[in-house]
Amino acid sequence: MTGFGGFILRRAVGALVTLFALSVIIYVVFYVTPGNVAQITCGPRCSPAQVQQVAGQLHLDDPLYARYWHFLQGLFVGQDYSTGTSVQHCSAPCLGLSYQSDQQVTELILAKLPVTASLALGAMVLWLVIGVGTGVLSVWRRGRLTERLLTTLTLAGMSTPVFVIGLVLMIVVCGQLELLPFPQYVAFTDDPEQWAWNLLLPWLSLALIESATYARLTRASMLETLAEDHVRTFRAYGVGERGIIWRHALRGAVAPLIAVNANNIGVLFGGAVLTETLFGLPGIGQEMVEAVKVVDLPVVVGMVLVTGFFVVLANAVADVLYAVADRRVVLT
Amino acid sequence: MSEAEKAPSRSLVEVTDLTVEFGELRAVDRLSFRLQRGAALALVGESGSGKSTVAAALLGLHRGTGARVAGAIEVAGVDVQEAPEQTLRRLRGGKAAMVFQDPLSSLDPYYAIGDQIAEVYRVHTRASRRAARARAVEVLDRVGIPDAVRRSRSRPHEFSGGMRQRALIAMALACEPDLLIADEPTTALDVTVQAQILDLLHTLREEMGTGLLLVTHDVGVAAESVDEVLVMRHGRSVEHGPVSAVLGSPEQPYTRELLGAVPRVDVPRASSEAPEEPAAVVLEATGLRREFGRGKRALTAVDDVSLTIHRGETLGIVGESGSGKTTLGRMLVGLLEPTAGEVRYDGHARVGVNPAVQMVFQDPVSSLNPRRSVGESIADPLRARGEGDERRVRGRVRELLERVGLEAAHYDRYPHEFSGGQRQRVGIARALAADPRVIVCDEPVSALDVTTQAHVIALLGELQRELGLALVFVAHDLAVVRQVSDRVAVMRRGRIVEEGPADEVYDNPQDPYTKQLLAAVPALDPQIAAQRRAARRELAVV
Repeated sequence: MTGFGGFILRRAVGALVTLFALSVIIYVVFYVTPGNVAQITCGPRCSPAQVQQVAGQLHLDDPLYARYWHFLQGLFVGQDYSTGTSVQHCSAPCLGLSYQSDQQVTELILAKLPVTASLALGAMVLWLVIGVGTGVLSVWRRGRLTERLLTTLTLAGMSTPVFVIGLVLMIVVCGQLELLPFPQYVAFTDDPEQWAWNLLLPWLSLALIESATYARLTRASMLETLAEDHVRTFRAYGVGERGIIWRHALRGAVAPLIAVNANNIGVLFGGAVLTETLFGLPGIGQEMVEAVKVVDLPVVVGMVLVTGFFVVLANAVADVLYAVADRRVVLT
Repeated sequence: MSEAEKAPSRSLVEVTDLTVEFGELRAVDRLSFRLQRGAALALVGESGSGKSTVAAALLGLHRGTGARVAGAIEVAGVDVQEAPEQTLRRLRGGKAAMVFQDPLSSLDPYYAIGDQIAEVYRVHTRASRRAARARAVEVLDRVGIPDAVRRSRSRPHEFSGGMRQRALIAMALACEPDLLIADEPTTALDVTVQAQILDLLHTLREEMGTGLLLVTHDVGVAAESVDEVLVMRHGRSVEHGPVSAVLGSPEQPYTRELLGAVPRVDVPRASSEAPEEPAAVVLEATGLRREFGRGKRALTAVDDVSLTIHRGETLGIVGESGSGKTTLGRMLVGLLEPTAGEVRYDGHARVGVNPAVQMVFQDPVSSLNPRRSVGESIADPLRARGEGDERRVRGRVRELLERVGLEAAHYDRYPHEFSGGQRQRVGIARALAADPRVIVCDEPVSALDVTTQAHVIALLGELQRELGLALVFVAHDLAVVRQVSDRVAVMRRGRIVEEGPADEVYDNPQDPYTKQLLAAVPALDPQIAAQRRAARRELAVV
């Protein structure tokens, strides 16, 4: 296969292989963790016989590969779970049942995903606008006070933890100025306007910090491009500073921006734990922390896999975009 | 011509007492010259002579870079020193356009060629996007880009070197400037492509009456293209006059030295080192073939090449970029494994690196480790052979340094402390360290100025005589190859198209490609250059 279509196909196959490898590693790592899962799941007051029964229900006595096979089956064709008294059908893609609540992990994740996705996508738009804008501005005003000021600010931004900015924003904006209510998640489908107002602060706190990285990246790539020979060519042909900056220098920053952004957004889909906790957003990050606390392995494995899925997906999309942005890339 | 009427006697370029200083360094020192409308002047000089600095100063490109520019510059009626930024921008590309040296890095990699030309056109005219795009296609067609409509949508990396240079010239032509400033416009190009570009510049001047300021280190290129020559050294004018006078009967010793150092393609080698009796064969290659990549994308870089190299002789391998000459050189040394065929040393097939066959590389900057002293670099082959006694290693390295014309005390210096020629001497010393019998030199002098080039070539000849070395001299420069070689092999597309004693190949070439190559070499005599140009039109590339 050659050409662009072939490249996309190869990239997709590569992504699938990565996901498969990820699922094996995650499964093995989590299910060989020490501790009696049956005991924890059953609760401290269970008798040894009850614990044994739970272990049977959870297939904890089966060999690891059989359990993994079981897991894969669930993922692709669905599975029935017996909880002792009733049988629950979990349709594909089934990531298993929570040890704690017997809820289906897939449903649990699907319930949390819109929150996390809202947070991640909105923050991304903001950090790209703020970050790239700041980067361009500091290149435009290079060598002057504005640039030094912006450089200092971005450094401060990069080294400030999200809970500091978030807290300060919340105290000032919601507490003292009372411009906004304290954030409370409202689904987009319920009320788009309230959705946006409530997410504004979480978006801002994430974006302010992340945008520092983008500002620096934009600035660095643009300065690098400005030093290149082809910029000299256009200067020698009378192209003004505005054309040089926007058309030529910024264009050089697009490809690296795509690469870094893909990574960030993928990771963010796995839940911005601190931000979600701080603003009380019921997203994937929060749920994951809860699940880890009580060793609810199916939930943890499911969420890690979903996170991995988004990271892999984002990177595959980025690779394709990168190839579009820079046609010199050799498609392999 | 309204502009001509406005200022009938005014020259196109008038430079008076131009001085450019970068910090402490005075790059240009009180230089004055003028160029009439439609005339052509070449600034000729070796690297560091300040010639490119002058070219940039004509467009006011030193503004805002921290360089101090003094003196008066007037280009197409614009006082470059005093003009406001706005006026200067109209001058740049509008009335005076620059053609840069490296055509790949001089174009924006992200945009289509046609869009880049259109952008420049729109800076200077009020043309619509469409009209500008149409103009781009028109000028691309004018400079000989085939299928210009389609190719104007290509990005620079999809063009060959020659086509990129044409595209840059097209950009320069877009606004029909009065002056073309060409800064080493053919240095990155193969000799046949160089001839095409120079011919193109010539034709454009004839047809459009554009003035030309050519900046070049290559006297031959100047002889081909201009009416007047200004020889520069250390930022000063050494000699200035009509091209036939300066190149034909130079008055200044430096000009004579410069011209004397230029290797001549039409003159036989000064002294032949070849043994009278056919000497023993040291290195023999049979049916060498090398492919890169697999499947449909496979590229055969070298295809069925057989060679013999005798003791004490020099075999020149000449070819243009992509002809496979470097790949062949690397296989002879054992740095690359052939896909098929074999290399025999002293009659025995060899696989892998052979200490008796050493290599001198092209780029004396990147082929030395900048973080190690040159002595250590030269000592590497000795240590690799298992020499453990540090005192003997140091002694031998000092000996080698002196042998190649450097000082023993240079042992602890680092590559950046040396000039290009000196670094290449270090490279030669490193090759000698292993006591080789054959040295493969891959473009050993192509990065050097002509006078330095002559010294390095002389050194190689000396070493060959004294040590009985066999040399394989791989280069794209036909003149250089003639001046060093006993026998010559001409490569094209991975194959040897012609091989024989140097004088026979050069004076009586058999293969059409060899003829074409030789016809493309710039002549030092402007009259011969004109004849050659006519001859090239007949030979026109197949």
